Amino acid sequence: MDARRPPRAVIDPKVRTVGFFTPPDPIQFDSNSLSPVMIPPPCHSSENLDLHSPPSVTPPSGDESVSVTGSYNGSSSELFPAPMSPALSQKIVAGDGGVGGGIVASSFPRGGGVPVCKLTTVSVVNTDSFAFDERDKPNKGGGSSMEVKDQAMNSKQKNEKSSKAERRALQEAQRAAKAAAKAEGNKATGTVTSGNLKSAKATKPPQKVDNTSVAASEKKGVDRPSEKDRKKDVPHPRMQYDDKSRVEKAKRRAVVNHTESRNRVELFRHLPQYEHGSQLPDLEAKFFQLEPVHPSVYKVGLQYLSGDISGGNARCIAMLQAFQDAIKDYTVPPEKTLVRDLTAKISSYVSFLIECRPLSISMGNAIRFLKSQIAKLPLTLSESESKTSLQSDIERFIYEKIILADKVIVEHAVTKIRDGDVLLTYGSSSAVEMILLRAHELGKQFQVVVVDSRPSLKGKLLLRRLVEKGLTCTYTHINAVSFIMHEVTRVFLGASSVLSNGTVYSGVGTASVAMVAHAFHVPVIVCCEAFKFHERVQLDSICSNELGDPDVISKVSGRGDVNHLDAWANAENLQLLNLIYDATPSDYVSIIVTDYGMIPPTSVPVVVREYSREQVWI
Amino acid sequence: METEAPSMENPKISAYYQTRLAHFGVVSTEWLAQAQSATNPNPPLPSSSTNSHTDKDTNFSVIDEFNRWRNHPDLAEAVAAIRALAAVISASKASTMMQLEIELKNASDTLKAWDTTSISLTAASDLFMRYVTRTSALEFEDFNSAKARLIERADKFGEISYKARKIIGMLSQDFIFDGCTILVHGFSRVVFEVLKLAAHNKKRFRVFCTEGRPDRTGLRLSNDLAKLDVPVKLVIDSAVAYTMDEVDMVLVGADGVVESGGIINMMGTYQIALVAKSMNKPVYVAAESYKFARHYPLDQKDLAPALRPVDFGVPIPSKVEVECSARDYTPPQYLTLLFTDLGVLTPSVVSDELIQLYL
Repeated sequence: MDARRPPRAVIDPKVRTVGFFTPPDPIQFDSNSLSPVMIPPPCHSSENLDLHSPPSVTPPSGDESVSVTGSYNGSSSELFPAPMSPALSQKIVAGDGGVGGGIVASSFPRGGGVPVCKLTTVSVVNTDSFAFDERDKPNKGGGSSMEVKDQAMNSKQKNEKSSKAERRALQEAQRAAKAAAKAEGNKATGTVTSGNLKSAKATKPPQKVDNTSVAASEKKGVDRPSEKDRKKDVPHPRMQYDDKSRVEKAKRRAVVNHTESRNRVELFRHLPQYEHGSQLPDLEAKFFQLEPVHPSVYKVGLQYLSGDISGGNARCIAMLQAFQDAIKDYTVPPEKTLVRDLTAKISSYVSFLIECRPLSISMGNAIRFLKSQIAKLPLTLSESESKTSLQSDIERFIYEKIILADKVIVEHAVTKIRDGDVLLTYGSSSAVEMILLRAHELGKQFQVVVVDSRPSLKGKLLLRRLVEKGLTCTYTHINAVSFIMHEVTRVFLGASSVLSNGTVYSGVGTASVAMVAHAFHVPVIVCCEAFKFHERVQLDSICSNELGDPDVISKVSGRGDVNHLDAWANAENLQLLNLIYDATPSDYVSIIVTDYGMIPPTSVPVVVREYSREQVWI
Repeated sequence: METEAPSMENPKISAYYQTRLAHFGVVSTEWLAQAQSATNPNPPLPSSSTNSHTDKDTNFSVIDEFNRWRNHPDLAEAVAAIRALAAVISASKASTMMQLEIELKNASDTLKAWDTTSISLTAASDLFMRYVTRTSALEFEDFNSAKARLIERADKFGEISYKARKIIGMLSQDFIFDGCTILVHGFSRVVFEVLKLAAHNKKRFRVFCTEGRPDRTGLRLSNDLAKLDVPVKLVIDSAVAYTMDEVDMVLVGADGVVESGGIINMMGTYQIALVAKSMNKPVYVAAESYKFARHYPLDQKDLAPALRPVDFGVPIPSKVEVECSARDYTPPQYLTLLFTDLGVLTPSVVSDELIQLYL
């Protein structure tokens, strides 16, 4: 066997409360405003749980765990709007010998218009000097530095003694200071990080951790900025919303107005809750004020917001083409390097797009590709050469990974269609549509059942296009899928992404269709380009998802008489939930057709591994 | 009582199975006649002549070479193919790498065309091509050294394949414990090797052999096992569920291992696997790694048909159809482990290996 990836450092899972619970009284956090989206504080009590576990990781491994965390954080934060970032941003690194141990919560400061994630780099503080007055100093120059919770016995007692409120207040103050400092300048992440580290006021100069962190940041070198940027792009759910000043700041910095959503479902509080409808006119009005955002990117953002562009491939291609335009018009400001500045700019565009609509996984992968290409630019290239090289890279990515990949998928999948088949498909997937049309071109005799569901009713468009080409189609609603499944011979499904444990992450309803097909022993064929694969593992549809507009659930188009839910917002015990994605377990999937060929769901991590290796050589 | 000999002109009758029959089936007079005609290499291939790009004097034909190797009953067909292809390289008079590769490809296509239904043949040829040509030696400037390297790799692959059975035998010994009862189906030389080695290691076990209609290869296997002093019990195919209680494990070979991790084997394997799974008995498959093929069947009908005539012993009216497929597909969820020369693997590893080799 070839050498596999080196094993990653194990990161303790954060304990986070998910589920039905009553939000604790917010009064204890000395802020008297109830922010619209609240992150339940119990997740911070788990911080303390972490503190008590004594790691004995030495700085060298701290080194790699810094970088490992970074890359782990970066990749997942970019791609999932609500990643497990409590886990991400917490990491345990031992201090130097003099101290019993230290917890370094490392997260990288963000630039751009998105509120800061969690904590910043910290370093080790000696037990003796550990005191709460330390943390009460609000102004730590360029950044908050140490949130070191020592693990010696006395500190343990101290932790227990101190109230959550105090610690929270301290963190808020530090973050406010840091955010204020950062709001001044959009510097490259590297400089900010070093700036933070250097200006940190700790009783004990955090040389060791400083060096390791800086060394780590420089060691990873080119990768670093992109990872940090990705961390910057971790959206709202990671933000502390209970502090009024932070919410204000976030609102000011936010490009898109987020109206406060009402009646949020408890289980999904960790996901960004948006109301899309009101944002469009706001955004249009702000166009001339938003200098930093390139017009193409702005246009794409608008299209996302209004729903004009939907579907994984379309969104991804639109975004990449917008970036192409942005790069074409880009000029390096004086005194800056192209690599870092362009990366920062792309990150700011990405944050803007996230605000319009959370990223899909394929878009995240594409952004990661773009940033790695930027990072790999040789320094000897001139500006125009770099720009053309990047543009051609993007062009090649779109062509090879999407357009050509689709052709390969179609050729493979068409071999699975025989005469006399009854094929079922759900929703509207571009890959499946291409397969069906191609099979029809080849003269195969088959029938298609299109299953659709509210509120999006995307199947209707697919149905129209198929019928135009002369295919025999049946159209039904997802309620009838178990009724019709006994006649079906194959099920073709598209995917927004396939995760490492073989789970298929696709439009909501896909899991139900796959489950029914499995129960009827009908093979389920998932068609997905390889660039949509991700190394993450997800076990359910709750921990990471996207919420859509709940209002569309309450209205049925063409049926004005069905208006019972018109006043749903006023009912206190009624919540409407509109999920966009769901996760299909790998047991229900028979085969995944990719541009790498036809693989079983268990081989997805192999493809992810090969794919990332291949990326290096592009 | 003479039966009607099925038409030999039916092109779908698998030569592979007829060969196996010739080697292992219980020979009866009517079968003998068919076997004689079946084993005559009469592939209607125009490409056997294209094989010799080289000197017409030697007129090297890969099919001849293949048959020479194949006639040895102990040698797996796929290994014979591999040896034949290796011989192609040695005998090749090409002077550039490109030419050599083309020659090799043609030889491989010829072999595959000899019997399109044989999965292991196709798989072995493909794997051989990938293994041999996937070397940086091809970038050497000196053609002769590159060719020498190719020959070296080809021989190595041949050796591995030849020794595969021994390796599998050794790996499976741990799974056969004293006092166990093993159910086997069909006559697989690999499985026989495993059992032979276990008997040699003085393990106490007994074997249930299914009859294996229509080949009745089970009879041959039980003969061979009895010679090794292994207690054997013959069961008819329908009695598998009845006897499954007493069985500790099922051990089968494979004609081909497909990308999903499932296996293609003699008709009846799927049935046995289903029964075993429902009674929680492990199903072990002993297969060499050159049998890993890039097929991915979704159900039984997804395979290329391989038919063999079935003799019922009495004349069947022509109105009555006979299911004469020779093999079936067992999906991976019914298999517990694969014993291969790469190690003891779970079914999902097959795709890993194939991806690594083909990408």
